[in-house]
Amino acid sequence: MGTVRIKPVIQKELLHIRRDPLSLVLLLVLPVFILVLYGYALNFDVKHLSLAVVDLDNSQSSRELVARLTSGEYFDLKYRPEKVSDLDELFDHEKIKIALVLPENFGRDLVSGRGPAVQILLDGTNPTPAQTGLGYLSNILMQYSTNLNLELLNRFGLNKITMPFAVRTRVWYNPELKSSKFLVPGLMAFVLMVIIVLATSLTIVREIEKKTMDQLLLSPLTPAELVVGKIIPYLGLSLIGAVVVLLAGWLLFGVAVKGNYLLLLLVVVIFLFCGLSQGLLISTVASSQLVAFLLSGISTLLPTFILSGFVFPIRNMPPVIQGISGIIPARYFLVCLRAIILKGVGLKAFYREMIFMTAYGLVITFLSLAKLKKSFFR
Amino acid sequence: MSRLAVEAQGLSKKFGPFLAVDHVSLSISYGSIFGFLGANGAGKSTTIRMLCGLLRPSAGWARVADYDVLTEADRIKKVIGYMSQRFSLYQDLTVQENLEFFGRVYGLNGSKLKSRITQVKELVGLQGLENKLTGKMPSGWKQKLALSCAILHEPEVIFLDEPTGGVDPISRRNFWELIYKMSEEGRAVLVTTHYLDEAEYCHELSLIHAGRIIASGGPREMKKNYFPGNLLELACSKPLKIYEKLKTWPEVQGVSLFGTRLHVLVEKEGLQKFKQRLESLGLEFSLRLINPTLEDVFIHQLEKEAEKDKANGHS
Amino acid sequence: MTSMSDLVLKIKGLGKSFAGVKALDGVDLEVGRGEFVCLVGPDGAGKTTLIRLICGLEQADRGEIEYFGRQQKKLGSKERVRLGYLSQYFSLYEDLTVEENLDFFSRLYGQARNQELVERLLEFTRMTPFRQRQAGKLSGGMKQKLALACTLVHQPDLLLLDEPTTGVDPVSRRDFWQILFNLQLQGKAILMSTPYLDEAERASRVALIHQGRLLAFETPDNLKKQFAGRVFELITSDPQSWYKRLKSQAVFLDLQLFGDRLHLVVRPEVQVSEIAEFLINQGVKVEHLEEVPPGLENVFIFLINKSGGQN
Repeated sequence: MGTVRIKPVIQKELLHIRRDPLSLVLLLVLPVFILVLYGYALNFDVKHLSLAVVDLDNSQSSRELVARLTSGEYFDLKYRPEKVSDLDELFDHEKIKIALVLPENFGRDLVSGRGPAVQILLDGTNPTPAQTGLGYLSNILMQYSTNLNLELLNRFGLNKITMPFAVRTRVWYNPELKSSKFLVPGLMAFVLMVIIVLATSLTIVREIEKKTMDQLLLSPLTPAELVVGKIIPYLGLSLIGAVVVLLAGWLLFGVAVKGNYLLLLLVVVIFLFCGLSQGLLISTVASSQLVAFLLSGISTLLPTFILSGFVFPIRNMPPVIQGISGIIPARYFLVCLRAIILKGVGLKAFYREMIFMTAYGLVITFLSLAKLKKSFFR
Repeated sequence: MSRLAVEAQGLSKKFGPFLAVDHVSLSISYGSIFGFLGANGAGKSTTIRMLCGLLRPSAGWARVADYDVLTEADRIKKVIGYMSQRFSLYQDLTVQENLEFFGRVYGLNGSKLKSRITQVKELVGLQGLENKLTGKMPSGWKQKLALSCAILHEPEVIFLDEPTGGVDPISRRNFWELIYKMSEEGRAVLVTTHYLDEAEYCHELSLIHAGRIIASGGPREMKKNYFPGNLLELACSKPLKIYEKLKTWPEVQGVSLFGTRLHVLVEKEGLQKFKQRLESLGLEFSLRLINPTLEDVFIHQLEKEAEKDKANGHS
Repeated sequence: MTSMSDLVLKIKGLGKSFAGVKALDGVDLEVGRGEFVCLVGPDGAGKTTLIRLICGLEQADRGEIEYFGRQQKKLGSKERVRLGYLSQYFSLYEDLTVEENLDFFSRLYGQARNQELVERLLEFTRMTPFRQRQAGKLSGGMKQKLALACTLVHQPDLLLLDEPTTGVDPVSRRDFWQILFNLQLQGKAILMSTPYLDEAERASRVALIHQGRLLAFETPDNLKKQFAGRVFELITSDPQSWYKRLKSQAVFLDLQLFGDRLHLVVRPEVQVSEIAEFLINQGVKVEHLEEVPPGLENVFIFLINKSGGQN
């Protein structure tokens, strides 16, 4: 392999990129666009649920409870209908997601210790916010009722009484439990994979489609030189893309890198190597740029999105799918990224994942170079 | 004598400041084959597009099959057939499917479509190939199929835009047999081609350059009227050795190698001088006057125009 | 004609099949220094396959190819860089300028940026005024000239051109000839395939391939000598209708119709007076009757018919 011939190939690729500025912009802006889009749209945090309260009691206690519910940012009290039957229409027109019914004599029963029954109504069409909402609501209600109990006991002079144990929750790595923190690494994996696989496969298939491959084959250029020369520019571009995603994650969602930057770079380069090998493999089987485009799309979008644990937790998948996800490099990349960006932990935590990715890249590169050599270089 | 199928007077087309077609006049009678020659960008395609009613002339007028290109463009489209080298047949459809599709596009259907397809297949010789996939046929057959698709609706005027690019001589001859059949049926045919040996097949020719027609006539007339020099075939033992020498002689306008011989273009008045010089070289040679090809005529005319342009540029 | 040391390419018994169909069947061919060999034959005769085999883009099933005087089973990298290949498909980067294309290909062959060579090639192909133009925006003829220049950039000794003039206008075609002629003067060997027989007239030798077999390999002159017949040009009014009427006459081996004349092909022993008499008896108003030299097209059709016809 000689740099004498790799350099002109690199320069030629850079010229191609420069002649087609739209693709360049797309390559660099698209990641940020996807980040913004998914960062906001793929939000699993449940906040500001529309709430309706039917307060049939309208006592001091009931008003206090309602005030508690709406003090946080979880619920927005939108409606206070007078009858339970009014809720039907509100639910039907999706004006509310959750409703609370406080019975008549709620306050009196409460004070007298008769334990009034409180009714919660939910819109279950989208189970995730419904469940989360229910959780928040139950929690607040439980707390309220516990406090009431304590108050009651205190009033009877039993002021030494406390609850059997106190729960103090602390969430690590992502204290506010914001999903954006969870998403940024996933998006980075996704964006890098799509760019590098597409760019690599298209750039080689284009030579075949435009019949320029024959000229290259007859020159002293070796397959390795051609591939290396072609991918270096895109490697650079992808790294820029990675930095852009990180920056955007930090500026837009406040996701800062906790761990070591060098380690991060290393992991990204290894992952890009996996992507390159995959793009190369596609280019050896695709007959046209369109086929290459489709193959790249299918082989990157779906696995990175669905099987990598980016959106859906892997442990919830059926065993077969879990097995398939085991050969998706993005899955391992995500483990590494989350470890570095969110946890700030060291190599020890994810060296196995790095080894796997390296092996994956090597195997696929070897396969595709062999195929490329067989079909073109004789 | 014969009625005119195409008649154009002073046809011009301006694209912005660029005069693509500059006062072109031509006439093609029914039953005749007209060769429209010119380099890329000389104005051939623009003229054809105006005659087909696809482009509105900036000046001048033309009638095609008795319809005015300015006012009856939509009618013209129904009575002309158009085929080009780039004519896109559907490669993944069979011969029959392509014929049926293009027939329907031209508004044929039912028994009319059926009978026309049968007629055209017979004319072109496509019988028995109905179920062949178009993409898998040799290029000569594809061209015949493309022509068939263009004549299904019995057009009175047929435009063939570089129809035979890259086809071998036998297929080309077969294709021209078809064109002659069209002409016998009384249709007018306008052909453009890059290959000037093919222009020999046409009844009438016009050479267009920079939007203007610079020469016209039948093939023999063109050679007689537009090629003033003497074209000589020189056979000698060491043609490559004397090539450089010949080029420096003032009466020699061009030299090219043909196999083991040289073709030398000598000024009309310089023939004697040339022979004398050749004899003084003291080598064995034989000299023969040969007929110029249409390509020789074409190149000569274009070089003359280029010189004129140069002269005008300097004055 | 060529001495052994001057032999650039020697092919012996070359055969190649694709999926059981014989594309090439025992072809022998040789090209010497400064020689321009034209490969002609109908579509699908095996012209492209032969050129791709020589380039090493395909592997032969049988036979041997000898490059530059050494017998070579496999095309080594040393021989490969002495070849220049140009296919009928425009194979350049359309988004790169003329100069960038030339520069890329010259550096691909490990040459440092050689401005002088690029200038010379631009001049050689009359492309200098268009150096900054993107290749995709050139006309068909200029594209092919540029493609030719790109294959010349590493100064190959053997040029393999596969139908390079398809879709090229007459003016660019003349330029193309001039370039090839100059290359011949420099001693380069050229093997070119073409569907156009007027191009083959310019060759040092013509190889006629038909159904994968070499039917003839001769100089154009000698090829015409193989043609057993004479060609007469007949000028009369309405040649088209005479063509139809005379076609079936046994005295004519072949009839060629042109726009304003007819070519009559007859057996060599037939005299001009016999034809004139025959035509007048048929009622033809003979304006002019003259023997003309046969064209390669006459020879081509004659040889193919002799070998058993097309297909």
